[in-house]
Amino acid sequence: MSPVLRSLLAAALLTALAAPAQTLRVGLAEDPDVLDPTLARSFVGRIVFAALCDKLLDIDEKLAIQPQLATSWSWSADAKALTMKLRPGVTFHDGEKLDAAAVKFNLERHKTLAGSNRRGELAPLASVDVVDPLTVRLNLSAPFSPLLAALADRAGMMVSPKAAQAAGDKFGVRPVCSGPFKFVERVAQDRMVFERFDGYWNKAAIGFDKIIYTPVVDATVRLANLKAGQFDFIERVAPSDVEKLVAEKKFKLARITEIGYQGITINVGKSDKAKANPLGRDARVREAFELSLDRQGLAQVVMDNEATVGNQWVAPSNPYYAKAFPVPKRNVERARALLKEAGVPNPSFTLVTPTTSDAQRLALVVQAMARDAGFDVKIQATEFATSLNLADKGDFEALVLAWSGRADPDGNVYSFHGCKQPLNYAGYCSAETDALLNQARSLREPADRKKAYDQVAAQVLKERPVIYLYHRNWLWAYSPRLSGVRGVPDGLLRVQGLKLQ
Amino acid sequence: MLDFLLRRLAQVLPTLLFVSMLIFGLQQLLPGDPARILAGEEQDPAVIAHLRERLHLDEPLPVRYAYWMGGVLRGDLGESLRTQQPVLDLVRQKLPVTLQLAAMAFVIALAIGIPAGIVAAVGRGTWWDSLANAVALWGISTPNFWLGILMILLFSVQLGWLPASGYVSPFEDLKASLASTIMPAFVLGNAIAGVLMRHTRSAMLQVLSADYIATARSKGLYERTVILKHALRNALTPVITLGALELGTLLSGAVLTEQVFSIPGFGKLIVDAVFNRDYAVVQGVVLVTATAYVALSLLADRAYFAANPKLRV
Repeated sequence: MSPVLRSLLAAALLTALAAPAQTLRVGLAEDPDVLDPTLARSFVGRIVFAALCDKLLDIDEKLAIQPQLATSWSWSADAKALTMKLRPGVTFHDGEKLDAAAVKFNLERHKTLAGSNRRGELAPLASVDVVDPLTVRLNLSAPFSPLLAALADRAGMMVSPKAAQAAGDKFGVRPVCSGPFKFVERVAQDRMVFERFDGYWNKAAIGFDKIIYTPVVDATVRLANLKAGQFDFIERVAPSDVEKLVAEKKFKLARITEIGYQGITINVGKSDKAKANPLGRDARVREAFELSLDRQGLAQVVMDNEATVGNQWVAPSNPYYAKAFPVPKRNVERARALLKEAGVPNPSFTLVTPTTSDAQRLALVVQAMARDAGFDVKIQATEFATSLNLADKGDFEALVLAWSGRADPDGNVYSFHGCKQPLNYAGYCSAETDALLNQARSLREPADRKKAYDQVAAQVLKERPVIYLYHRNWLWAYSPRLSGVRGVPDGLLRVQGLKLQ
Repeated sequence: MLDFLLRRLAQVLPTLLFVSMLIFGLQQLLPGDPARILAGEEQDPAVIAHLRERLHLDEPLPVRYAYWMGGVLRGDLGESLRTQQPVLDLVRQKLPVTLQLAAMAFVIALAIGIPAGIVAAVGRGTWWDSLANAVALWGISTPNFWLGILMILLFSVQLGWLPASGYVSPFEDLKASLASTIMPAFVLGNAIAGVLMRHTRSAMLQVLSADYIATARSKGLYERTVILKHALRNALTPVITLGALELGTLLSGAVLTEQVFSIPGFGKLIVDAVFNRDYAVVQGVVLVTATAYVALSLLADRAYFAANPKLRV
């Protein structure tokens, strides 16, 4: 055999033996916003960040805090300083070192960059000290337990200081982080392409070479793409498609109860409109409204039972759920009696609802159920921007509102029920609740925090500024070739441990 | 000719200026505070204040218009506040996609619509006419998103011949590009074909009853020559006008079709931008589209001359 032929054959053999480049193709329900963890605002963006930017901490399937870039952490005795040990040998995608100075830079960037969405999450963070190259101390102005959960989300994401300084406020166009995948390109509303970062500290956990995220807004089309083999994984399957998908047995399905909730916010003090309507004026009318609703029925009709009914800002399975206040059963008789007692046997109010089909369905079922107790519910469907405007001005009586949820209960309750907080559209304000909310933030022991949140529940659930209805299931469908999918309740796909067979 | 172009240009520039004011003004009528929408879930007051400043929302309307127009004249359409991407880059990314889709849809529309219109007119009252009318009616009355989803289910999910959605540039892979755009192009072209067929048919019927056609026939010309050379040429003028308008509509993006097939064109871009109140993107894209519309009308004027030499006099 001639040497040329031999080398040609050898080359062909090597090519055949080399593992083919594996690409994971993910179908998203929306196009993410800016890819800068400091400025990012959308839920879907957090899914993408899970591949791109590692965080100081992470959460697991049980919402417990786990190490990621920080390997260990400890609180000072007065709970006003958090010392974190960093993982050695970690580099950013541009080769820069991830050390204590980089962490300090990032936390300060979160605090100071114009338009930062992380400032609120890190509000009590007063300063950051570099103790040694792999130790950093976060000094707080007051004890703040939700900090760990914040550092397990975007506030804990680290970007390359060199790249961030060079790009200024354009960093999100070409982000440089330290996650398992590095940014290659983004075509708005079309695709985001990331490729494996060879210098990743946990390289063994990464089972493919490339990941492509494609936004496909319509759930039916997203599913058709999965079935046609265009995607390996899709998020947010429509609940109505689940039964057929399970029956077909061609794809795997993951169901995870969200950490957020679906509820109805009632204007109890946001504007004069609260006083003008019996629903906003009288807690008995709100109780009657709640008793007129059959949550299980709602979950069945609206969500095809792909939801867990609930009556609090955390799901009944959450350790912070106040068991003394279980989900109330529908009781139309009692609702009628309460309305009679309040002197308004047939109260009327308008329910503002988003234009999405499940929100519309929800409003219609609520309308029908409440009618049995004597309520006359009018439905006003508005697009998101308009409903946000109405909510902010207090120009509403009741509002269908969902929250994507945070790992720490503080993220689901503080901004919603604290006086004058940005998401307190209900206008609920109680000095006692405020004190309890602040207390729950400052306590470190989960058992103590639980007691404080139980008391918050006693206050808030009596006044009903929000009637919590259910916690939706995150529904993921994926190819049977894909293994290692972990259902973390924040609804974000972790790429570590995923493998395509 | 140059004189004509200059005259048209003198008309076009004020039109575009007016359009720019209209886009800017109408956008302010959209309900909701853009800063709040862009601020995301958290609604941090500091972020809202920052965005208000970036958007100059506290300045009077004419001042905001001047900021934007100043940028446009310098060739800077601003940047998306949602993704930080420059609007010009977004336009550059989307324009080839929209152009390709529009061109393919238009070719499909012409290939179906004009021959069907001619056949229907020539064979008026025959079953050919009925068939062409049925095709036209089907095209006009079938909702794009419905036909799109049906095609995906048939050609992608069942048969596995074509990709269900997404876009591949022809410069990357011509075959994959055609495969990714043929279904959306057909869905769009199908709707326009119906309209073109109806217009071609009625224009042809009118022309075919004219005296000069009878003269041409009496001269013993072949029927084919009479129809294609004498009748069609004259009948095409209204069809060209309509075609240019339809092409303009295609260039402004086909929202539903793009949504169903996940084609990243102008339609999807602008709808998302409107819902997110990403003003700079809405303004930039609408301005580019309006300019394309005006340019197409100019081209249509030129096409009249080519199709009908009488107009040159």
